[in-house]
Amino acid sequence: MMKRLVGKLMLILALVGLALPVTPVLADQVEELHFLIPGGAGGGWDGTARGVGKALLDAGLLKQASFENMSGGGGGKALNHLISTANRQQGTMLVNSTPIIIRSLTGVFPQSFRDLTPISAVIADYAALVVAKDSKYQTLQQVLDDFKADPRSVKVAGGSVKGSMDHLVPAMIVKGAGGNPLKLVYVPYDAGGKAMAGLLSGDTQVLSTGFGEALGLAKQGEVRILAVTSDERLSQAPDVPTVKESGVDVSFANWRGFFGAPGLPEAKAQAYRDLLKQLYGTPEWAEIRDKRGWQNLYKPGAEFTAFLEGQEEAIGGMMRELGFIK
Amino acid sequence: MWDGMISGMLTGISTTMVPFNIALVLFGCFMGSLIGMLPGLGPITAVALMIPVTYGLDPASGMVLLAGVYYGAIFGGSTSSILINAPGEAATVATALDGYPLARQGYPGKALAIAAYSSFSGGTISVIFLMIFAPLLASVATSFQSADYFALMILGLTAVSAFAGRGGVLKALLMVVLGLMLATVGTDQTSGVQRFTFGSLELLDGIEFLLLAMATFALTEALSLVLTRDESSDSLDPKMIGFKSLKVSKKEFKLIAPTIARSSVLGFLIGVLPGAGATLGSFMSYGMERNLASPEERAKFGKGSLIGLAAPETGNNAASSGSFVPLLCLGIPGSGTTAVMLGALIAYGIEPGPRMFTESPEVFWGVIMSMYLGNVFLLVLNLPLIPYFARLLAIPKNFMVPMILFFSLMGVYLVTFNDFDIQMMVIFCIAAMALRLMNFPMAPLLLGFILGGLMEDNLRRSLLIYDESIAFMWERPLTLGINLTTLFILFFPMLRSLLASRKNGKGSQTETVDATS
Repeated sequence: MMKRLVGKLMLILALVGLALPVTPVLADQVEELHFLIPGGAGGGWDGTARGVGKALLDAGLLKQASFENMSGGGGGKALNHLISTANRQQGTMLVNSTPIIIRSLTGVFPQSFRDLTPISAVIADYAALVVAKDSKYQTLQQVLDDFKADPRSVKVAGGSVKGSMDHLVPAMIVKGAGGNPLKLVYVPYDAGGKAMAGLLSGDTQVLSTGFGEALGLAKQGEVRILAVTSDERLSQAPDVPTVKESGVDVSFANWRGFFGAPGLPEAKAQAYRDLLKQLYGTPEWAEIRDKRGWQNLYKPGAEFTAFLEGQEEAIGGMMRELGFIK
Repeated sequence: MWDGMISGMLTGISTTMVPFNIALVLFGCFMGSLIGMLPGLGPITAVALMIPVTYGLDPASGMVLLAGVYYGAIFGGSTSSILINAPGEAATVATALDGYPLARQGYPGKALAIAAYSSFSGGTISVIFLMIFAPLLASVATSFQSADYFALMILGLTAVSAFAGRGGVLKALLMVVLGLMLATVGTDQTSGVQRFTFGSLELLDGIEFLLLAMATFALTEALSLVLTRDESSDSLDPKMIGFKSLKVSKKEFKLIAPTIARSSVLGFLIGVLPGAGATLGSFMSYGMERNLASPEERAKFGKGSLIGLAAPETGNNAASSGSFVPLLCLGIPGSGTTAVMLGALIAYGIEPGPRMFTESPEVFWGVIMSMYLGNVFLLVLNLPLIPYFARLLAIPKNFMVPMILFFSLMGVYLVTFNDFDIQMMVIFCIAAMALRLMNFPMAPLLLGFILGGLMEDNLRRSLLIYDESIAFMWERPLTLGINLTTLFILFFPMLRSLLASRKNGKGSQTETVDATS
């Protein structure tokens, strides 16, 4: 039940959003935006869209924002909706993240990010490998050594199905260290919180999760973050080494960003990118970003596309090796 | 420890007992029970709707309000279950099993009053547990491994004989199997493979429990009101209904008091486990009470037993308080509703976890102390209104049926905003109607469905963790203990009647068949 977490809604807001006539907006000025969220309330996409929307409103950069939750098909339903009603969706931004790449690779939905107009990546959450506070592991290297000696002695929990991000990240790290990712035992849970409970109960030795999700309990000394997949150490946890420092050349960013409808005029897309760029300098953004433990990751337009293509290649390679795509 | 608790309680009291926060508790309870009362709308919707209201409040006040909405919605959820057989959410399905027959027999007032007293007692008793044991129980919440959850789900399945109803045990078992099968639809977690989705995007995430519950209970109820023409299903004659019969006699109180005590403990403990939740709490309380009941009382289960109403109603309220343990002490949500509340806590800048007692004591203790107050408010708010709610039953069915249909469909749609869910509800409703006409009970289907997913996930995780060996079934004392309890429940009635038949020659054969299912 948890995987579809929740629903809810600001029904009224959503209805208002749907009913709004699409007014032609001046190329360099955005007054209102409609956020399309492909999952239910309370999830990562929901938090990102509402967080960005709220910061834009509070900073006075936007006069009106509306939000619409449309769950179903692992995000495929909202994607379909945006593409099939593209003409009416000029004022809409679809929030999405790394799973759009994974799910179009596995064929969950036939479309990919190429069918949309890339606006920009806005934030990133990096992946982290976590152990319980009384674990014998102090460094990532110790885990990898044990894995190489006996792959079954190190089992990795994650908050999503096999073949998802939580599985691919440790598989990439194992491969980067010269191990066989096929030997990795990945134990799936239906939500990140339950995977954390699994780690604490001793089900598994290691947990693969988002850095932001692990930070709270790590600060309270209940768990230890062995390594984070960012390129450089993160300011919220300067003591946590990166995977690269441990001698494994792997980095991975779970980006979150926005897409426009296909065929969105370039001037308008650029106006949205400028709007998001302006947001970065505001105190309202700084506040919400720090509260949620987000990292800035601004990659507009063509840069976004290039980044997505690079990630698609890395993930696709790993998934082929693990046998999830043929 | 006691010093800390007392100073914490004082902090909590001083946080809660200011007029503004008392007003928030009252407002939260009122809104929660109002939203919870509507069929199809449960605590998740209620809490999510109220979150925007809490922006701008300080964290303690915001959480006090949200907690009030949460247990208020669970409290109010029983109303629609009892009156129109339309559970607003999973945790009140078991309430409908005996509550609805009781209301149909002309005692809606009494049924609602017993539900209110049970909810109040379950809520209050578990708040006391929460206050004294919360820090200790955090370790219980993390002591359950996948193997233990699997054993617990098997134990839960033994409750199925309690839900047999008119069709007998064989039909109940068939429905459990159907429920287990429905639970396999969607993406298989362990392999990432899609099962029984027929290539459709819509079935990828599986079938929503609420959808199945509303289709099999509320929608078929509405249809059978239309289909059957006998007197009993027509709107009740207002003169026949004991609207004012709120009075629960001393004898009846004595009957349900031990049930309430046991169900509070069981419900609370199950609520503490992040992998279980209020639904399991209510089903298992119901199953346990039926197993413990005397043969005469057991025969009444499903036909309006007071115990059968008090047990799940106590159990689900106790479990909802219990679910605050992993939420506040570990930052781990055990249900959709607590996940939404966790989101709200983080948005306030509060990190739930073992240090929350010391870092944000006003939030932690404020929430706990406000729960006492909230439970009293709920009782006071709801008792005087019962005669008016009960009058709903006198509404002619040509108004009643469309109303049930409207609220049930809207309730499901408001959770996912997915129109395919409505089409699926119609299909399930037609299938369920056909099964119902053949006397197949629906509750075992739901029990199988809810346990099936959890059972499979935990089994396959355990197999992965134990390298495909089934040694996990007995290797840890906790797992072994749960499994032995299951065996005991299965074989004790057999043994008992075997001994009895040895004593008196031919014993109660019928009971043996019934109880060993």
